[in-house]
Amino acid sequence: MQRYRRYGEMLIETAIRAVAFLSITVIALIFLFIGREALGVFSAAESSIHAESSDIAAEVYNPEESSESTPAPTAAEQTPQETAPSSLWANLLGSTWQPVSRQPKYGILPLVVGTLKIALIAVALAAPLAILAALYTAFFAPKWMQELIKPVVELLAGFPSVVIGFFCLMVVASAVQEALGTTYRLNALVGGIGVAIAILPVIFTISEDTFAALPRRLWEAGLALGARPWEVAFRIMLPAAIPGVFAAVLLGLGRAVGETMIVLMASGNAPLLSWSVLAPARTLSATIGAEMGEVVWGSLHYHVLFLLGFLLFVATLTLNAAAELWVRRRLLQRFRGMSS
Amino acid sequence: MAPALEPKIRTFELNVYYGYKHALQDVTVDIYANRVTAFIGPSGCGKSTFLRALNRMNDLIPSARTTGRVEIDGINIYDPSVDVVEVRRRVGMVFQQSVVFPKSIYENVAFGLRLNGRIPKAELDELVEYSLRRAALWEEVKDRLHHSALELSGGQQQRLCIARAIAVNPEILLMDEPCSALDPISTAKIEELIDELKSQYTIVIVTHNMQQAARVSDYTGFFYLGRLIEYNRTRELFTNPQRKETEDYITGRFG
Repeated sequence: MQRYRRYGEMLIETAIRAVAFLSITVIALIFLFIGREALGVFSAAESSIHAESSDIAAEVYNPEESSESTPAPTAAEQTPQETAPSSLWANLLGSTWQPVSRQPKYGILPLVVGTLKIALIAVALAAPLAILAALYTAFFAPKWMQELIKPVVELLAGFPSVVIGFFCLMVVASAVQEALGTTYRLNALVGGIGVAIAILPVIFTISEDTFAALPRRLWEAGLALGARPWEVAFRIMLPAAIPGVFAAVLLGLGRAVGETMIVLMASGNAPLLSWSVLAPARTLSATIGAEMGEVVWGSLHYHVLFLLGFLLFVATLTLNAAAELWVRRRLLQRFRGMSS
Repeated sequence: MAPALEPKIRTFELNVYYGYKHALQDVTVDIYANRVTAFIGPSGCGKSTFLRALNRMNDLIPSARTTGRVEIDGINIYDPSVDVVEVRRRVGMVFQQSVVFPKSIYENVAFGLRLNGRIPKAELDELVEYSLRRAALWEEVKDRLHHSALELSGGQQQRLCIARAIAVNPEILLMDEPCSALDPISTAKIEELIDELKSQYTIVIVTHNMQQAARVSDYTGFFYLGRLIEYNRTRELFTNPQRKETEDYITGRFG
């Protein structure tokens, strides 16, 4: 009997350990897979250059589009090497994303700029709101309201992003156009507002946790010095919680960089190399989302999309890791000298 | 002791309730200006509640309710027309556990000063140095004013809290067991400091350490079960207690 139970326990422990390792392994394998497919860019580039030069004529399946993309088609046909980027690197670092054309251009710069632009707009809008809301909830709201606000905002985190995207597409876009008189109805600002809605709960909830974890005695000591509650909140509590708040913003930024559906629906999707807030924009994630379904398997385009995925993966991983380390190290360090 | 004693703080029928708990019952007492007044008593007797009633810190406890009056210079601080923030500027407080802000030593002291609006840097420097000197901490920290205050030892942190409190120039200084977390040497330093500060401030100290009350105070009150049992000059109270409970407590029959 006893022996049997010991075997049972061992089995359960082994199973739990296996599941834990499995999830780590799956992530590692995904990372490896994306990396391998992204590296395929280099081998695919060589073969596609050969393919291109051999059947240029066959690739012209849409004469209208080709005339749009290359204003002087005759010149381009005569000297294809001049308009087509000479090497893979020049192509990737170019300023045009035009994967389906006679001379496919895989310039990721407009996508990177679009991603950064929308993520920064989203953080600039969401962070102040979320941090102020967290300050209010942690220090000013009565108990019952605290217990209401936090779960409700956290529920917002589980909101399907397609719904937020739809809302931006239908409502926010019109409102923004009416208010600012923009040329393009869908633009980086509209997408940024949508992503801001999505990351607001992340920044709010982590900031609020940080504020709530501060020693209550700090609050009392501030008030005892004759400071007004808002002065204590802004001059003592917020500075004391800065590492946690910064981490919250980093995590929000990570989520904003990876957000796909909202930007796909609301940002206009034109891969323009422009820092204008009111120009349409295309992000890395939206590009993968929009093009992966129709790409030719194994083509250079396919591998470039994986390269975009790899970039995204690395960016969000870096941001999340930085946030994690920042919280752990700095916050602990800051309060180590403080007996609690 | 000088005969003409002015009461700085007068309480009348002061009651504090925490929910249904009657924590402080009918306390009527005069606390004199430029004297050190100590309140002693066993744990849970209401002495800290009384102290926190003097700068309305009990307001922060949602279940707390206060009745009666606390007059400072003749003005009832519980009057609805009184700004509680003004009260707390006039009545500084030092807590049992030192609560330094996670900022530099300099910024800790300057915090209260900056609340009154912009002060020229030179003036601020001067006030910070003055406060640190008053708190007998200047010599120990003058070379690292801009280091984190959390690097200081426990006793230094407590003196920093005193410096921070006196920087805003209060009239009254409340101390809630200021030495209970400190070693004997730090305690001696703080007691010395209290003695020096009383020329300028009215000091009210709560302590569970009777020897400390006897050493530093001019007047002593004994709290028991939420009531002020006896209040007298310190020497009188310790050598010739009028009430049985006081005698039992100071002779160590309970505590």
